[in-house]
Amino acid sequence: MTRDIAIGLFAGILFGAGLALSGMADPTRVRDFLDILGNWDPTLLFVMGGAIVPMAIAWFVRMQLEKPLAASRFALPDTNPIDARLLLGAVLFGIGWGISGLCPGPALVGIALVPGSALIFVVFMIFGMLMARLVARKEDS
Amino acid sequence: MTLDPDLTILPADVWLRGYIGGTMIGIAAAIMLLGLGRIAGVSGLLARTMAISQSGMRKRVAAAFIVGLPLGGLLFELAFGPVLTRYPPSMLMLVVGGTVVGFGTRLGSGCTSGHGVCGVSRLSPRSLLATATFIGSGMLTVILMKYWELGW
Repeated sequence: MTRDIAIGLFAGILFGAGLALSGMADPTRVRDFLDILGNWDPTLLFVMGGAIVPMAIAWFVRMQLEKPLAASRFALPDTNPIDARLLLGAVLFGIGWGISGLCPGPALVGIALVPGSALIFVVFMIFGMLMARLVARKEDS
Repeated sequence: MTLDPDLTILPADVWLRGYIGGTMIGIAAAIMLLGLGRIAGVSGLLARTMAISQSGMRKRVAAAFIVGLPLGGLLFELAFGPVLTRYPPSMLMLVVGGTVVGFGTRLGSGCTSGHGVCGVSRLSPRSLLATATFIGSGMLTVILMKYWELGW
């Protein structure tokens, strides 16, 4: 096993265990966060707040580094251009998130916790991703 | 099923579990950034793993992260007992929700992790706007589903 695969696996395990601990593997709790007019549950804000602190420090450290510790260069997305595709994608993602209470990370963790239901969601999520690629290809051509 | 606070070293408070779990997520994302120079966006890494996206890190590394997610959940359950998971009551919600989430996250280049954690902590204008948008449309969706009694 090469080093980058080991790092990826370790990060994935830590991420997945963190999701399980956080309560975000429970779609009902996520929907209760979105239900601001009902019995509102603020847990998601604590999860995001907890995640943003180490990540903000990491962005600061990244500025002092010429290259990553175990790769040849930083390969990071642009932060600026805002276009219709970004907005439409975010609107649609929010709708699916609201319907199911699931986003990609918790759904993948769910494969270990609630195999049947989570697997159905993940299979159709991959189907949706394939559809998005078809649409993008048509637009580009 | 829920965790029995008397039988575990984990804190009983839901918000504190959320904060500690969130910190673990943030450290995992920091490892991806500082170790591999990449964004830990789950939708992007899944697309890379399934060869839906051609750009990004080596496919095997993306796949290792994706496999790690359920593995982390499994190890957590083995260590601390069952995790509370209250799923949608109908197959239709899983099918429609999954399809729309997959389509939207690819079109919008990210989800709760890529935009919501990695992008927001970098103060990326794209990610700040995307995060506000999907939280807003998610809230509207839940409120309308309750109003039309499609809720669960």
